[in-house]
Amino acid sequence: MNTIVEAAAGNAEQKGGSWRFMRKHMREYGMLLSLAAIMIFFQYMTDGTLLQPLNVTNLVLQNSYIVIMALGMLLVIVAGHIDLSVGSVAGFVGALAAVLMVEYHWHFVPATLVCLVVGGIIGGAQGYLIAFHKIPSFIVTLGGMLVFKGLALALLAGQSVGPFPPQFQLLSSGFIPDPISGTEGLRATSLLIGAIIALGLFYAGVRERANRNRYGAHTEPFTFFIGKSVVFAAMILYFSYLLSTYKGLPNVLVIMFALMLAFDFITNRTTLGRRIYAMGGNEKAARLSGIKTQWLSFYTFANMGVLAALAGLVFAARLNTATPKAGLGFELDVIAACFIGGASASGGVGKVMGAVIGAFVMGVMNNGMSILGIGIDYQQVIKGLVLIAAVFVDLYNKNK
Amino acid sequence: MGPILEMKGITKRFPGVVALKDVNLVVQAGEIHAICGENGAGKSTLMKVLSGVYPHGSYEGEIHYEGKEQRFAEIADSEEVGVIIIHQELALVPLLSIAENIFLGNEQASRGVINAEHTYTKTVELLGKVGLKESPDTLVTNIGVGKQQLVEIAKALSKKVKLLILDEPTASLNETDSAALLDLLLEFKAQGITCILISHKLNEISRVADSITVLRDGATVATMDCRDAHASEDQIIRYMVGRDMADRYPPRTPEIGDVLFEVRDWTVFHEQHADRKMIKGVNLKLRRGEILGIAGLMGAGRTELAMSIFGKSYGRRISGSAFLRGAEIDVGTIGKAVSHGIAYVTEDRKGYGLVLENEIKHNISLSNLPGVSERGVIDEGREFQVASEFKRKMNIRCADVFQHVVNLSGGNQQKVVLSKWLFAGPDILILDEPTRGIDVGAKYEIYSLMAQLAAEGKSIILISSEMPELLGMSDRIYVMNEGAFVAEMNASDASQEKIMRAIVRAGKDQ
Repeated sequence: MNTIVEAAAGNAEQKGGSWRFMRKHMREYGMLLSLAAIMIFFQYMTDGTLLQPLNVTNLVLQNSYIVIMALGMLLVIVAGHIDLSVGSVAGFVGALAAVLMVEYHWHFVPATLVCLVVGGIIGGAQGYLIAFHKIPSFIVTLGGMLVFKGLALALLAGQSVGPFPPQFQLLSSGFIPDPISGTEGLRATSLLIGAIIALGLFYAGVRERANRNRYGAHTEPFTFFIGKSVVFAAMILYFSYLLSTYKGLPNVLVIMFALMLAFDFITNRTTLGRRIYAMGGNEKAARLSGIKTQWLSFYTFANMGVLAALAGLVFAARLNTATPKAGLGFELDVIAACFIGGASASGGVGKVMGAVIGAFVMGVMNNGMSILGIGIDYQQVIKGLVLIAAVFVDLYNKNK
Repeated sequence: MGPILEMKGITKRFPGVVALKDVNLVVQAGEIHAICGENGAGKSTLMKVLSGVYPHGSYEGEIHYEGKEQRFAEIADSEEVGVIIIHQELALVPLLSIAENIFLGNEQASRGVINAEHTYTKTVELLGKVGLKESPDTLVTNIGVGKQQLVEIAKALSKKVKLLILDEPTASLNETDSAALLDLLLEFKAQGITCILISHKLNEISRVADSITVLRDGATVATMDCRDAHASEDQIIRYMVGRDMADRYPPRTPEIGDVLFEVRDWTVFHEQHADRKMIKGVNLKLRRGEILGIAGLMGAGRTELAMSIFGKSYGRRISGSAFLRGAEIDVGTIGKAVSHGIAYVTEDRKGYGLVLENEIKHNISLSNLPGVSERGVIDEGREFQVASEFKRKMNIRCADVFQHVVNLSGGNQQKVVLSKWLFAGPDILILDEPTRGIDVGAKYEIYSLMAQLAAEGKSIILISSEMPELLGMSDRIYVMNEGAFVAEMNASDASQEKIMRAIVRAGKDQ
């Protein structure tokens, strides 16, 4: 009896709470809503081309390497640094992969591993200078950008090198195998995996909420929570359906999704993530709390190097050739993705999911504007303005 | 000659505090007028009012200068009429030359183009006046603090100074440089420049000053003529510290055990100036359950001592040894110091204590994340409980522990910092100015907490510039001056006069 009364009282209290909650947390959900708005806009403007199964697949493939690098870049930015070298490192690693696989005929597994390790070493070397010798990251990675752009050119002797072995190409152009419906029609396995992920995330959300309620922390209003979770699950289901009507889930999407979940977990739930945020927020206070801030900076750069290498491999596999120009300007898209996603240039603030959303905002705009036939010139102008506008709105909301 | 400056009924309020209460100051033309008082007595605030840092309208009262009422809106206005202030922290640009610094903002230029020759010859002339034998082209970073002080004075002279204000000019100077500076002031006096000298060092004051104004708690206590027999050092000290010690401290019955922590021959050099000794062979003993006070004026080296002990987080070339329960321990990194049960609560809670943009609970768990996590994964439930428990126990006034600390008041922020370190489970707590900038109620709560911790057998080192607080809370007090302990006294026979005397005498012996 008592519990019912309390529950009723709780409900009455929450009446209209969802709307208030939304407004209060506008900053968190604002970017997601903007992404949705941008997608609806281009869906309308392109007469439905944007969300065609083929185009959605392309969207994922085109943006995968940006998203992968944005994950590492978010940590770097949260730690209070910047990495300008990621595009060049990605290009260099792609070139290295081509030389190893095409010219030296290495098997793709050891070649891939060597490339990832090289990426880690490059990131670690830059991180070492930044963390232990206090050279500003802007300068170290600006230098790194030139160095690896040059080395990529040298490694390829100015030529394009390719094609890659077919198995390696599958990294970017392959789709997950479908034991249920084979290679024709709707890819049931992909749809099933999508459904499982949607359900899994929904369940995780419910459990998280129950957990928070159990220890008495405040949670979002119930209606809002259910609404959000249902919309979220439905979106995942819808996109996996779209992909399933084409060729199923791309391999690279699986990699990207796994990394996204891993980095989201690291930043939100582990001591490592917590320490990076604290360091970015106030380096001196973190150090005086016994945190080894130098090593943390070092790790974030080493991690960035590995992810840049992975992105380089994905890009090379997608083009099926390594060119000296690969990776050119990627760093700008990656950094823009983090800032659009709400990361703070002074460190300490930013979310992994924000960076991913930021990357897709850029990606959808690229894709949509290309379909509309807007020239590369004005595409850049518009993207630049969107970046500034996004950060402006974010700061405006923060200071309100 | 009559007064050059009269400040009448100056009252200056900051949110929540009255920094100056109806202060009067009369400075005669051509004299050296000393202003003394404890830390926080309002000396610097008064000088900022005078020089226009706080513009007319932001304070009450009147400033009469050379017979006219002045309403300075900014520093440039006061400089215009010849009032020049030299702040305690020198305002020189290290990587510019002496000449460039002297004429910064006042460049010897025509139509925006600097006249190098004119600048050079004028600088040579000014350096001659202050007795500094350096080339005008020398970078300021390459000369010592004493010479930098002279550059500041030369800069003041370049602006046709009539009233020169020096805020603790000898605080970071050695004896020779201090003596030279004081001689220079006497020389200026002979040339008719009026000086206001803010200083703690009574020996300096008695050497050069013609009259003295003592400030205490933002009010004028006394103005004395130095030729007056009544202006003895003891009298000045009594004026500086004389206030009633009300019942502002919780009662406690100390139960003091064996020596828990000891530091021997602790010597530390300055972080930037590698040859400047900041801590000079300090020996310190801390007993179980004891509250040990460290008294001293600003710049005495108390924070430097504490931070160098806490994982060598300050200084270079640190030598000496630390002992815990009689066994030598390594405090070489903050991690090691924490693992030996040492915690340091900083005097600068915003700069060094808190991640302001983070939640309360994230701040509380920061120094002991393993305590709320399992194999590197944070248990948010446990973290929430721990933080909420501290919120209740420490009476942190906030909606919930999800609130960001930037929105808390000073006292509550301080409680968050204290919670953070209590959660690390220390045996030795070093509290550096734990009640700075917080209101009386929160102060009492922090004193009660200290008493309770000491009763639980923890040992506390209390660094404070507020002498009543030191006397009210400590069991034993070390007096620190210029990087060394110059006196040790039991709280029962300590008094503000005794502490002040120890500091002043130590300054004199040098």
